[in-house]
Amino acid sequence: MDKLQAIVDQYQKVPGGLIEAFHAVQDEYAYIPEEALRRLAKAFEVPLARAYGIASFYSYLSLKPRGQYIIRICKSAPCHVKGAAEVVKTLEEELAIRMGETTPDQLFTLEFTECVGVCAETPVITINGEPYGDLTSAKVKEILAQYRQPQ
Amino acid sequence: MVNLTIDNISVSVPSGSTILQAAQAVGLKIPTLCYHPDQTVKANCRVCLVEVEGARGLQAACSQTVVEGMVVRTSTPLVFKARKAVVELILARHPQDCLNCVRNGCCELQDLAQELGIREIPYAREIKGMPQDKSTPSLVLDPDKCILCRRCLTVCQEVQTVNALGLRARGYQTSVGPAFYQQLNESTCVMCGQCTQVCPTGALAEREEIDKLLDALADPSKIVVTQMAPAVRVALAEEVGLPTGELDMLTLVGGLRRLGFHRVFHTNFTADLTIMEEGHELLERLNNGGTLPMLTSCSPGWINFIETFYPDLLDNLSTCKSPQQMFGALVKTYWAQKAGVDPAQIYSVSIMPCTAKKYEAARPEMQDSGYQDVDLVLTTREIGKLFRMAGIDLKQVPPSEFDPWMGAYTGAGVIFGATGGVMEAALRTVYEVVTGNELANLDFTVCRGMTGIKEAEVDLAGTQVKVAIAHGLGNARQLMERIRAGEADYHFVEIMACPGGCIGGGGQPRQTDNAQRAIRIEAIYQEDVALALRKSHENPEVKQLYTEFLGQPLGDKSHQLLHTHYQAKSKKLK
Repeated sequence: MDKLQAIVDQYQKVPGGLIEAFHAVQDEYAYIPEEALRRLAKAFEVPLARAYGIASFYSYLSLKPRGQYIIRICKSAPCHVKGAAEVVKTLEEELAIRMGETTPDQLFTLEFTECVGVCAETPVITINGEPYGDLTSAKVKEILAQYRQPQ
Repeated sequence: MVNLTIDNISVSVPSGSTILQAAQAVGLKIPTLCYHPDQTVKANCRVCLVEVEGARGLQAACSQTVVEGMVVRTSTPLVFKARKAVVELILARHPQDCLNCVRNGCCELQDLAQELGIREIPYAREIKGMPQDKSTPSLVLDPDKCILCRRCLTVCQEVQTVNALGLRARGYQTSVGPAFYQQLNESTCVMCGQCTQVCPTGALAEREEIDKLLDALADPSKIVVTQMAPAVRVALAEEVGLPTGELDMLTLVGGLRRLGFHRVFHTNFTADLTIMEEGHELLERLNNGGTLPMLTSCSPGWINFIETFYPDLLDNLSTCKSPQQMFGALVKTYWAQKAGVDPAQIYSVSIMPCTAKKYEAARPEMQDSGYQDVDLVLTTREIGKLFRMAGIDLKQVPPSEFDPWMGAYTGAGVIFGATGGVMEAALRTVYEVVTGNELANLDFTVCRGMTGIKEAEVDLAGTQVKVAIAHGLGNARQLMERIRAGEADYHFVEIMACPGGCIGGGGQPRQTDNAQRAIRIEAIYQEDVALALRKSHENPEVKQLYTEFLGQPLGDKSHQLLHTHYQAKSKKLK
């Protein structure tokens, strides 16, 4: 894992660098593997129990393997009012997984998130950080089709 | 000073005091749960809410500092309603199986529910349903009973710097335990049990083994012998309704006989023996260029700690087994021989202030008698329970003498129970062995007290011997870092895993806070000074043991039975 060493080198001297390193690991592997967490804890001289506490606290960090595309659905009030439940239903049906799960082909993961700040276009999802607003069932299917095509 | 009124009582307290402290100063008890007198304020449980005139909402008394002219009310309908709601919410997520809980009758949450008059829980019940962790011989972690007060985290992370326990996940999913939801025996846990001293509920407790003793006592083929550690007597008094230290030793012996033990001995005897072996080991290291500083090896929590965090310094560790294990090895060899008993029949029970001793007794290294040297370890708390279970009132038991050959002890053995005691006992003996002169003053007071790291220099016939003492693993870590870095030139270092030494052990009566530790330490030194013999090398039964069985300190038999070597724990743990 020399990619991991590069991450350690980049953030080791930065104050609060452990969280930055967690993000970098996640960008690389789509989640934080156990071995990576152990190595980062050692490199940053943070006890393992505390490093694990940090990694498991933030909803943005994942300790479970995830798909190539992480679809997050806003669970805050405005999206809720504008029909987020319908979007969730469509996503779960289309991908045949439940929220929090990853498709068997490792392509998609479904997660809830807090407000992503695009409340003018509720309900909103993000796919790997890219927002999609004013969603309907039909629009969700369309978007998924785009991501399913080999890019 | 700051002046305020609490429930119309005028109070004057130093500036910076909290409302809680001000209330205590005038004898008002505000209920608390996450608050602990030895820890930084967490203010997460919200049980100590009070009304403060002019303040928005209720204030947490444990964290709110007083200001001049403050008007506080602690007993209003609003306050009671809020506190009740807080405890009801905690109870909605609590198993409420109090009748079969290890803490039944001694639980802070239970007490609080009773004090607040809670009769029903108006909220939906939701229990985490997580499995108990019984992976170690010492402790049981039951996350369902955890109220997330975080006292155990302060102890495990800040006081002991072991960091076995941490928080996992967030919100409703939050739980306390090792990383990756691993078991305690896969973590850095050293089994010191300090977490069980601060846990307000039954989430962290000793692993109870009273039934094993009852079975052994009922087995006619067994000879059940017992030893009790130096720190047990002073604290056991608290378990049986007596003031600290005021349980008479021979009355306790009588009580143990009533429980059914066939022979009653004392770990103080092998504490004296430890001084003979360890004192001579120190002299040998000093004279023959051995690895220095030599580190004491009595405390099993400390052994686990050095194996886990400082395996590179294991050569510094004295090869002496702990007094418990020396006793275990001898009772099935020396004593069995003298008593004409088949060692296979002996069931060896030790009564310890310690949860880590349960692990130590089960170590593979500890079978030098040809059998498991110590068969069962019960904590001071468990033996207290046993006396209550058996209906034995120690205030009414006639005294009884120890059985011969392994029950005699000196004041030097007694003080093993307090931080600095092993060092002081060693100095008393080593001084006289080296100089050949009688010590004028036996009290090495520099070794005593609750200071985290104590240092001293002792003149041994012209040789200056530098010693250090650390208690609590956070202090031990500081000392070990300096030793590892080559910044410390000590010859001899005493380390005890628990703050205050064994009197503050993880198996001692609850609640063991620093104030209580100081009281127990006082009682230990009173016992020492009241004894005619206060130097290990004057123990008549230890002398007899050398004459009849061991030969000399560090002799072949000693090496076979009383000494051992420890191993590095897996690197994965760090």
